[in-house]
Amino acid sequence: MGQRHAYTEYHPRWLRRPVSTYWWLQKRSYFAFILREASCIFVAWFVVYLLMLVRAVSEGEMSYRQFLSWSASPLILLVNLVSLLFIVLHAITFFEAAPRAMVVHVGGRRVPNGFVGAAHYLGLLAASVIVVWILLGA
Amino acid sequence: MTPSHDVVLVGGGGAGLRAAIAIAETNSKLSVAVVSKVYPMRSHTVSAEGGAAGVISPDDSLDEHAYDTISGGDWLCDQDAVEAFVKEAPQELLRLEHWGCPWSRETDGRIAVRPFGGMKKMRTWFAADKTGFHMLHTLFQTSLKYASVARYDEWFVTRLLVDEGRVQGVVAIDLKSGRIDAITARAVILCTGGCGRVFPFTTNAAIKNGDGMALAYRAGVPLKDMEFVQYHPTGLPFTGILITEAARSEGGYLVNKDGYRYLQDYALGKPQPQPVFRTMELGPRDRLSQAFMKELEKGRTIDTPYGPVVHLDLRHLGQKKISAKIPFVRELCLKYQNLDPVKDLIPVRPVVHYMMGGVHTDINGATLLPGLYAAGEVACVSINGANRLGSNSLPELLVFGTRAGRTAAEYASLGLEVTSRVLAQSDDERRRLEGELLNHKGRERIADLRDEMQKTMEESAGIYRSGASLARGVERLRGIQERSSDIAIEDQSKTFNTERTAALELSFMLDVAEAIVTSALHREESRGAHQRTDFPKRDDQRFLSHSLIYRNLDGPSRVEYLPVTMTRWPPAERVYGEAAPNEGQHHVAGSALPSGTGV
Amino acid sequence: MRDSITLQVARYRPEQESEATFDEHEVPCPKEWVVLDGLNHIKDRIDGTLSYRWSCRMGICGSCGMTVNGEPKLTCATFLSEYGRGPVRVEPLRNFPVIRDLIVDMGDFMRKLVRVKPWIVRQAEKPLSEGEYRQTPEELDDYKQFSMCITCMLCYAACPIYGLDPKFIGPAAIALAQRYNLDSRDEGASERMEVLSEHEGIWGCTFVGECTKVCPKHVDPAGAIQRYKLTAAVESMKSFFMPRGA
Repeated sequence: MGQRHAYTEYHPRWLRRPVSTYWWLQKRSYFAFILREASCIFVAWFVVYLLMLVRAVSEGEMSYRQFLSWSASPLILLVNLVSLLFIVLHAITFFEAAPRAMVVHVGGRRVPNGFVGAAHYLGLLAASVIVVWILLGA
Repeated sequence: MTPSHDVVLVGGGGAGLRAAIAIAETNSKLSVAVVSKVYPMRSHTVSAEGGAAGVISPDDSLDEHAYDTISGGDWLCDQDAVEAFVKEAPQELLRLEHWGCPWSRETDGRIAVRPFGGMKKMRTWFAADKTGFHMLHTLFQTSLKYASVARYDEWFVTRLLVDEGRVQGVVAIDLKSGRIDAITARAVILCTGGCGRVFPFTTNAAIKNGDGMALAYRAGVPLKDMEFVQYHPTGLPFTGILITEAARSEGGYLVNKDGYRYLQDYALGKPQPQPVFRTMELGPRDRLSQAFMKELEKGRTIDTPYGPVVHLDLRHLGQKKISAKIPFVRELCLKYQNLDPVKDLIPVRPVVHYMMGGVHTDINGATLLPGLYAAGEVACVSINGANRLGSNSLPELLVFGTRAGRTAAEYASLGLEVTSRVLAQSDDERRRLEGELLNHKGRERIADLRDEMQKTMEESAGIYRSGASLARGVERLRGIQERSSDIAIEDQSKTFNTERTAALELSFMLDVAEAIVTSALHREESRGAHQRTDFPKRDDQRFLSHSLIYRNLDGPSRVEYLPVTMTRWPPAERVYGEAAPNEGQHHVAGSALPSGTGV
Repeated sequence: MRDSITLQVARYRPEQESEATFDEHEVPCPKEWVVLDGLNHIKDRIDGTLSYRWSCRMGICGSCGMTVNGEPKLTCATFLSEYGRGPVRVEPLRNFPVIRDLIVDMGDFMRKLVRVKPWIVRQAEKPLSEGEYRQTPEELDDYKQFSMCITCMLCYAACPIYGLDPKFIGPAAIALAQRYNLDSRDEGASERMEVLSEHEGIWGCTFVGECTKVCPKHVDPAGAIQRYKLTAAVESMKSFFMPRGA
């Protein structure tokens, strides 16, 4: 835009520099951002995977066993491993962002960002403990 | 189509924006144009650090503020103007609070005030140590809501249009396109600030070239009290970055190369561990700068690659107090001088800070040329006299910005029409700017002439002047002026040609420099910031009056005198430190400082 | 320490060229010199035609933002010595149209700024005779950070979203809107909401976070935007469940 016109007096010709398609490769932080954005695909995959599990269970033991052996295939294992990494990335970046979005006041004083972040990790830990307790305790 | 407005403001800093809002609120039907060579929020008001004086404490009074101002100004202030100023200053500061200025507060939510050099009571409002920045952005953002205020951002005004004995607009270059146009108006207000850049060491930004002063001077309007140039005693060498007076009012010491608090040798009181109002480091700026020169003579300063310095010592205040009260000072030292005031001594030297003089105006900002007004540092009302007190300049630009705005609005409402002859003037100016100044293959570099002018000013009209140094200065400036007609401008472009504007700024500065030196040569006395070694005493018989300098195209400029307006305070000796006629000494003890001021 | 360093300076001469080029100059680099001092040296001593903006040289006027070795920087606050042996590449701020050399056009931001109403909005003005609006230091702290914006445009230059979609209101304008929204004296939050919560408002932001990283005044515009997203979401939930604003 603009570059092609000739200059005419008193009408400055601005130089517009379009953003490269590969802008996200130009900086490490941009690349990290794209990875974080991509992590939502893997969140979606886990939801689908969970739904498949539920369907397999509802269709009886046979179907459940088939699902388990399918899940043990190297490809699915790999997909799930990669997904786990992205989910961890997603969680960490989400928890980093949370204190910036949430400003909590207790007794008229602003709670420091570190505390808000720590509270999120504590919440994650508590949820994990409950899940582990259900899985192992039951 | 030539753009046309009721009122044109030249300059979009504190005074200009305040005036624009005043006009919009006086009469929203008047069209206002803010013409500024930089975006308004870049204006130099942004750099003011310490604060703005306005009486609000119950133990303070308007008379005391007036007296501090008048005695600080060595009785050269017009006392009617000072009385109006101290009365309106608190109102103006409060109005800014209503517009959102983030003033620092007491724990109960009231405005906090701090002590300041030369002020006997705590009356300086502050927004941490970025007071000017917050005031400017508050004014700018508030001005955006008025539909009647148009802006010409990055338009450089080159001359005033005058016909039939009244001002009728300006000629300006739109820097982006290079278009040169008249902007006609029924009234013009100059709000372009000071001219610190005529000197080599200055706190002033690169844009402070005395544009408005020169525009008025060339239009036949006299400049007043131009010999009074304020040095700030504590600037960083090389950059001229200002270390605010607040650093001293919070308890900083000035020491020479022996670590000695040398101010005690110059009738500024005895050193105390805690700061005391109007004593030692809290004495007035001119006395502190002069004390530096005496120390230099005695060989007790410290030599650095950027010239001699003394040290400002903040180390005893500790990191906590420095970070809480004057964080900007620490930030500046770390970022620009690579030192930490918590651990290191800060090298400082006097640097040119403020022009007491400026375009001669009355108490309403009106100049002698009908339709032309001025407010802020560019103007001289005068409330600053021979020496401005710290924290009076920010309220000054509010009070007199408002006054000039209202008066100009009234004048513009008379509805005088623009005459056709001014358009011919504007064509002449366009020819000059595009002919002479776009195609000038001279031999003189702009930077060389600028350096030489600055050196001349420092040597001839520095902290101490003499008849001989000033006469030499006049001579040398005339030589530089002549050489400037042979200036080289390599840049032929019409788009954002900053070399052409640099040439125009140089010519503005040369005119202003000539006015400063000539005015100083004629004032054969010492008063406030004007110290003549050949006339070391104040001379109220001959010089209890303002100088008015008129430009004369055919010969030397003409200097006349105008008596100072006195109301209630007859001239007295200007005394600081122990001899001061004070009811005891007021310690600025830690406990007396505003506590919990959310700085 | 070396006594000089190479500056590679972007030039764009709209009257002659349709693309940017680079000039190379050797400039002195004492310890105190910043990139801007190098540019001033070029303009004063070598090539008077170089165009760029600057004024205060103390990081408060916001004029001298440029791209230095790929990063948006205030050139008055960037020491040449940080770049070791050099060279130092100076270009105009990214994401803005270039007018000339190192000067970009920021008119787009100025128009957006007005849209978010960056001024105190009151239903009823308090008369001056009644004094100040009380504001405790804690209330001041709520918005203080966002009031520190010097509108230097580094955040816009760092924001890939703004680069891809110039309609995005962008970091500084949203931070300044929040500065007023969070001011205890202001009553204009609902008026600003319409602009802020449109598609090109806060929802345009995908939280790259670069704006906060490059901000020379620690304003944290990214934080301002995320905070406002939460506010806007809560408000729209409220209006969904309590349509008449109970």
